[in-house]
Amino acid sequence: MSDLVLELNNLQTHFFTDSGEVPAVDGVSIKVHKGEVVGIVGESGCGKSVTSLSVMQLVPTPPGKIVGGEINFKGENLVNTSEKRMKKIRGNEISMIFQEPMTSLNPLFTIGNQLREAIRIHQKINKREARSKAIDMLRIVGIPRADAVIDEYPHQLSGGMRQRVMIAMAMSCNPELLIADEPTTALDVTIQAQILDLMRNLNDEKDTAILLITHDLGVVAEICDRVVVMYSGQVVEEGTTREILKDPKHPYSKGLIKSLPKIHEREQKLYSIPGTVPKPKMGRVGCRFAPRCEFAFDRCFQEDPELYSIENDRLSRCFLYDQKEGDRTENAEANIGS
Amino acid sequence: MQKPILEVSGLKKYFEIKGGVFGKKVGEVKAVDGISFSVMEGEILGIVGESGCGKSTAGKSILRLIEPSAGEVKFENKDITNLSAEEMRKLRRNMQIIFQDPYASLNPRHTVEKIIGEPLQIHGMSSAKERKERVKELLEVVGLSAYHASRYPHQFSGGQRQRIGIARALANNPKLIICDEPVSALDVSVQSQILNLMEELRDEFNLTYVFIAHDLSVVKHISDRVGVMYLGRMVELTDKDKLYDDPKHPYTQALLSAVPLPDPDIAKDRIILKGDVPSPSNPPAGCAFHTRCPHAMDICSKVRPEFEEIEDNHFVACHLYGEVQ
Ligand SMILES: Nc1ncnc2c1ncn2[C@@H]1O[C@H](COP(=O)(O)OP(=O)(O)OP(=O)(O)O)[C@@H](O)[C@H]1O
Ligand SMILES: Nc1ncnc2c1ncn2[C@@H]1O[C@H](COP(=O)(O)OP(=O)(O)O)[C@@H](O)[C@H]1O
Ligand code: SF4
Ligand code: SF4
Ligand SMILES: [Mg+2]
Ligand SMILES: [Mg+2]
Repeated sequence: MSDLVLELNNLQTHFFTDSGEVPAVDGVSIKVHKGEVVGIVGESGCGKSVTSLSVMQLVPTPPGKIVGGEINFKGENLVNTSEKRMKKIRGNEISMIFQEPMTSLNPLFTIGNQLREAIRIHQKINKREARSKAIDMLRIVGIPRADAVIDEYPHQLSGGMRQRVMIAMAMSCNPELLIADEPTTALDVTIQAQILDLMRNLNDEKDTAILLITHDLGVVAEICDRVVVMYSGQVVEEGTTREILKDPKHPYSKGLIKSLPKIHEREQKLYSIPGTVPKPKMGRVGCRFAPRCEFAFDRCFQEDPELYSIENDRLSRCFLYDQKEGDRTENAEANIGS
Repeated sequence: MQKPILEVSGLKKYFEIKGGVFGKKVGEVKAVDGISFSVMEGEILGIVGESGCGKSTAGKSILRLIEPSAGEVKFENKDITNLSAEEMRKLRRNMQIIFQDPYASLNPRHTVEKIIGEPLQIHGMSSAKERKERVKELLEVVGLSAYHASRYPHQFSGGQRQRIGIARALANNPKLIICDEPVSALDVSVQSQILNLMEELRDEFNLTYVFIAHDLSVVKHISDRVGVMYLGRMVELTDKDKLYDDPKHPYTQALLSAVPLPDPDIAKDRIILKGDVPSPSNPPAGCAFHTRCPHAMDICSKVRPEFEEIEDNHFVACHLYGEVQ
């Protein structure tokens, strides 16, 4: 398909630590098309950030290393691309927003300095024009006192303002892909609403594809078209936002959604998944979720489930969706959610 | 259950900002700027608000872990603001606190037994054997096992550490627990385990909670009544259903409308507020919310609205509902 912007193909990123090899990203495949907003959700440590750092070739090496798979960006495999080429891609063709914007803004330069540079890479205009364009951009993302803020340094701004500056940068670069790793996690809900609004505009107006990493299913519902659920280094489920939130198939996604307190409902007791998220480790056999899964059966502890296709683009890494399991699937479908 | 266990009135905490070579006072942060509310016995009172609005400072000032600048706090009808340190220490067995960060709030060099046993010893349980028994009992109450007693905090997950914090708070059978964001650092699947545990414990031991959080869905789930804070002030307080179904204060309305819901079928009219929260070292005059309020009127920048009961059991601080419109 020609409108494919990013395709991760069986990506494996491991860390080689003193206590052994950690398969943080353990065979992840994800597609992002032009104009699409794809969410990656999952609990802490499941490999969301390492996946996004891998795309940008920013995994700390050592101890980290991409040990397998491909990252195709518009047909070009980014794994092992030269740093020179990556420098061109980063910030221009792919922009990235992190949870803590301080890490992506240079503390030594003013906001205006950094924004002007970004603008001038893309447009042949002089410094003064770039400055007034930069002030416009700051106004567009809702920064008060834009003409003063432009001469301030990143530490002088609040978290929400820094995140807005990052979005202004991303917008001026007109990237094909924006990777946002928990962009609103550190922000208050009223500020989060502003930032999500800006990201939605960027997507609407410029058709920018967005890969949004979050653990917040509310944020997913706000802005994503499609969702990938990760658990312990693997993709366990994929579908449209509506499918995942309204009719999750994988026992983990089901449990996760049921565990959320709902603002419009009155539950006596919350559902909870027993146990805790396991750290990824080498040489595991069987479904990663089996020790916590209420539907686990013998096979789950003996073999690794693949991503079974349920319908169209719906995938679930669970034996219950293996045709071979016939009856069991129906029974589980009837029981899950009760 | 209509007996108040805690009554807070006009509570203030100002932090001094010092500057210059001589460390002279150059200003003050009005972290908590005159809040009043009561908590009934057996109730869970939720307090929500955005970062920096003074929730934690309020919680700590109530327990006098930091000294309030003004106001009165009554616990079981007794004014505790002027108690001596010794009297306060005794009283604290009845009033406990659980912190947000299960990583930072436990001493990494102490075993779980020592961590949970310490408050027991402080409050007079001198027999080591008795303490050991009680620690074991408490670990089981919070869903851990007796063998965990000899381990250190770093050997536990975030959720388990929060359980240890809860066990420590429960050690001396307190009546009131101030819970400062007890589940904010936890993953969703672990968060629901801890919320359920806290509710069970409330029922079992007839506890009263002041439950501080910024997640509005969590607060809705666990609380009986909810108070909303903005820039050091309480702007609205009522039953949780009233608050969520019919918010009166413009800030509460905006806050609720900004919460992203994990349900694609709920259409929302979002009120997107402009700008950032002002600094508590220089709060706007009059109503602190007037710089961002979609309904602001002339009076709002001049006169601070009173926190008044505008309907039965529904308190709001806003000129839209006051007499002086
Ligand atoms: N020891 C201190 N000295 C000076 N200012 C302080 C101190 N402690 C808190 N503050 C300030 O008081 C205000 C309220 O802080 P507080 O920690 O109570 O907020 P909070 O509502 O608990 O926020 P969060 O949701 O981020 O935990 C903030 O502006 C904070 O910076
Ligand atoms: N620099 C590192 N060294 C060793 N292990 C790491 C490093 N960064 C991440 N990991 C491990 O990789 C896994 C996935 O981490 P991450 O992608 O950050 O999770 P999240 O889904 O919360 O973003 C975790 O088990 C984490 O401990
Ligand atoms: S494969 Fe088995 S253990 Fe894994 S999610 Fe499916 S039923 Fe549960
Ligand atoms: S008092 Fe005025 S500014 Fe404050 S919330 Fe009410 S209407 Fe808005
Ligand atoms: Mg992360
Ligand atoms: Mg706090």
